Amino acid sequence: MSDERQRETGKETEKVQETATGSLPNRRDVLKALASVPVLGVFFVGWYQKKLAEDARRQAIMEELGVTEGAPAFIPDAISRPPGDRLRVGIIGYGGQGESLVRSAGFAHPEWIESQWKAAQENPRNRGLQTFMDQDDLNVELTAVCDVFDVRAERAQAAAVNQVGPTAEKSSGRAAIRYLRYADMLESDDVDAVLIATPDHWHAQMCIDAAAAGKHIYVEKALTREEEETHRLYDAVKASGVVFQVGHQQRQTESHIKAREVVDAGILGPITLVETTTNRNDAWGAWVWDIHEKGSPETIDWDQFQGPAPNRYPFSLERFFRWRCWFDYGTGLSGDLFSHEYDSVNQILDLGIPQTAVASGGIYFFKDGRDVPDVFQAVMEYPDRDLTLVYSATLANGRWRGRIFMGHDATMEVDNGLRVTADRSSTRYKDKIGEDLIDPSRPMFSFQPGFEGLDAITSATAEYFVSRGLLYTYRGGRLTNSYHLHVAEWLDVIRNGGDTSCNLERGFEEAITCHMATRSYQLGRQVSWDPVARRIV
Amino acid sequence: MNGASKKVPGRSLDYGLFQLGALVSMRVLIGWHFLYEGVAKITNPYWTSAGYLRESQGWFSEFFLDLANNPGTLTVVDHLNQWGLVLIGLALLLGTFERTAAVAGIVLLALYYLAAPPFPGMEYTIPAEGSYLIVNKLLIELAALLVVLGFPTAHRIGLDRLLAWKKHHARKAEPSLATGEAAS
Repeated sequence: MSDERQRETGKETEKVQETATGSLPNRRDVLKALASVPVLGVFFVGWYQKKLAEDARRQAIMEELGVTEGAPAFIPDAISRPPGDRLRVGIIGYGGQGESLVRSAGFAHPEWIESQWKAAQENPRNRGLQTFMDQDDLNVELTAVCDVFDVRAERAQAAAVNQVGPTAEKSSGRAAIRYLRYADMLESDDVDAVLIATPDHWHAQMCIDAAAAGKHIYVEKALTREEEETHRLYDAVKASGVVFQVGHQQRQTESHIKAREVVDAGILGPITLVETTTNRNDAWGAWVWDIHEKGSPETIDWDQFQGPAPNRYPFSLERFFRWRCWFDYGTGLSGDLFSHEYDSVNQILDLGIPQTAVASGGIYFFKDGRDVPDVFQAVMEYPDRDLTLVYSATLANGRWRGRIFMGHDATMEVDNGLRVTADRSSTRYKDKIGEDLIDPSRPMFSFQPGFEGLDAITSATAEYFVSRGLLYTYRGGRLTNSYHLHVAEWLDVIRNGGDTSCNLERGFEEAITCHMATRSYQLGRQVSWDPVARRIV
Repeated sequence: MNGASKKVPGRSLDYGLFQLGALVSMRVLIGWHFLYEGVAKITNPYWTSAGYLRESQGWFSEFFLDLANNPGTLTVVDHLNQWGLVLIGLALLLGTFERTAAVAGIVLLALYYLAAPPFPGMEYTIPAEGSYLIVNKLLIELAALLVVLGFPTAHRIGLDRLLAWKKHHARKAEPSLATGEAAS
C-alpha cells in the first residue's frame, strides 16, 4: 500500500518536474488546480436561485401588506425645536414614580447615579446610567418640591442641585424651595409647570388647582380615583387652556406607533377581539412596597396625605407606603396597569369609551388587609366598532401573555416589538397561503426596534415593564427612556404649541374606561356609558 | 522530492486516491459552508451579531457583551465576521491560502463557541437546533479544520497547485538555487 502510494506520488512529482521545464503547466495540472472551481459555480447558481425566490416571496408579502419593514414612517420628535426658553418645573409627590419623572426631566439623585454606575460595572447589559446621560438637554430648572414625607422632599432637593447629566449640568444649580403644601407652590411665580406623581386620590384636586393657577400639568396615571372628580378635572383643565399630559409614556414607544401603521394599512382585516394582560408574580409587583425606616407621624404629614380620600384612618405606615392596595387612594389593577393597557390599545385603535363594561375578580393571593383585587378581569364592549376588549390580570403568576389584536386576516402581538401572523382561514391571504408565499405558522411580518429593523426575536425573557414597552423604546436605533420622551414632548408643547400625545381627551377616556371596570367590579353588575349625559350608569 | 516538501509540514504526506478525495471533500464542504454563512449575512441588510453576542455566557461573556453594547465595535465585528467568512470560504473552496484560511476559520469558530458554550447549566433564549452537551457542531467543524490544517490538499487539488508549479518553474530557471536546494 505504502509502496503503491510512493510510486503514485513519485509519478506525480516526476510529472510536475517534467512540465516545469516547459513554459506552461500541462493540462493535468490545470485541471487539478481548478477542480473545485465548478463547485463555486454551483454555489453561486444555487445562491442566486435561492435569493430570487426569497426576494419574490418578501416582495409579494410587502406589496400585499403595503407597509415598510423598517422603523415607523413618522415619529414626531419629542422636541420639535431647540428648547429656547428655560422652564421652571415643580414636582408634587417625590416617591418612586416622582423620582423617575424628575430624572426624566434631567435631575437625578446622587445615590441613583452611584447605584446605576455600580450596576453597569457589574453587568454591562445595564444601560440605566448611559440612557440618562444620553438624554436631551430639556433646558429646565427644578425650582420647587412638595412631598408630605420629609425624607422624600429632602431627596428631591438633593436631586435639584445635583448637576450631573445634560439638563442638570446646564441648570443654575440653585436650591429648590420645599413647599409643605402644594397650594403654596402653585401660588409661586417661580413655577411654570408641575409634575404630579402623588397617589391617585390627590390627582383631580391638584390638577384643578394647578389649572386655576395657570400652571402646565403632567399628571401620572390613573388620571383620577373615581368618576365624579374626573368630570370636574376635565371641565377645569379644558377651561384653563394649560398644556396637559397624562403619564402614559408608552405613547412614545416605537412599536406602538408601528402597530398603528399596521392597523391603518388594514393588514389584520376586521379586528373583533383585543386581549391584553398583566401577569406579575412578586410582592413588589403587587404593591407591597418598602416601608421607609424613617417613616413616622413626625416625618409624614398624615392629614395632608389623606386629603380628599373618602375614609379617614389613624396613621398607618402600610397605607402611606403601599397606598395602591386600598380603594381609598387608588383603584388597584384597574388604575395602575389596566390603564396602561387600555391606553396602549386606545393609542393603536382610537377606541374611546366602551358602551358597556363588566368586571370580576377577587383578593385570592395577597390576603394582607388590602381591599383591591389581585386577580382582575374586565370585558369592554364596542358594538359600534364590532369589537370586544378583554383585560385579564393576576398578581400571583408570572407567565408571559401578550397584548394581542385578533383580526379575521391576521393576528398582531404588540410589546416592545411586534409580530403579525396571517390567519390560516384568512380571506385576504387565502391565495398567498395556497401558493406558499405566506406561512400562517410563523410571523409574516415582524418589527423589533433596536436591531436595524427586522430581526429575529431575541429577548423573550425581558422583564415586564421593558417588554410591555413601558420603560424604554428606541429612536433611530438608540435606546431611549420613554418617560424622558413623554416629558420632553410635554415641555415642547408648552414652548412651541401643538398637542400632547396623551392629552385631556385621551386621559378622560382612560379614566372613564378604568372607572367603568372598577364600578362593575364593586357593584357586581354590568355598567354602561351614557354618551349623552356623559355619565357611567 | 521537490523543495516545497521540506518547507511546509504536511506536504510530504502522501495520500492515496481515496484519502485525497476525502480530505478535499472535507475542505471544499467546509469552504462552502463558510462562504454561504458570509454571503447570507452580507445580503441580509438587517443582520447583526448583536443578538448572538448579547446571549453570551461563560468565561468570556463580558468581553462579548462589551462588543455588543458598543455600536462602534459592533459594526467592526459585524464586517470582520461577514467578510472573514467569505474570504475563508473562498480560500478553502478554491484551495489557496489554505493554512491561513484554516487558522482563521479555527479562530472564528473558537470565538463563536466560547461566546455561547453549550455547558451544563447554561440556558440560551435562542434555541439550538439540536441537542448538545459541551460538544456542538461548531466544535466539530473546528476539529475538522484542524484536520485541514494538518493534512493540506490545496497543492494537489486547488489553485495552489499552479503556485507550486510556478515556484518550481522559477527554480528551474535559476540553476544555482535549484542545485543549492538539491544539495540540502
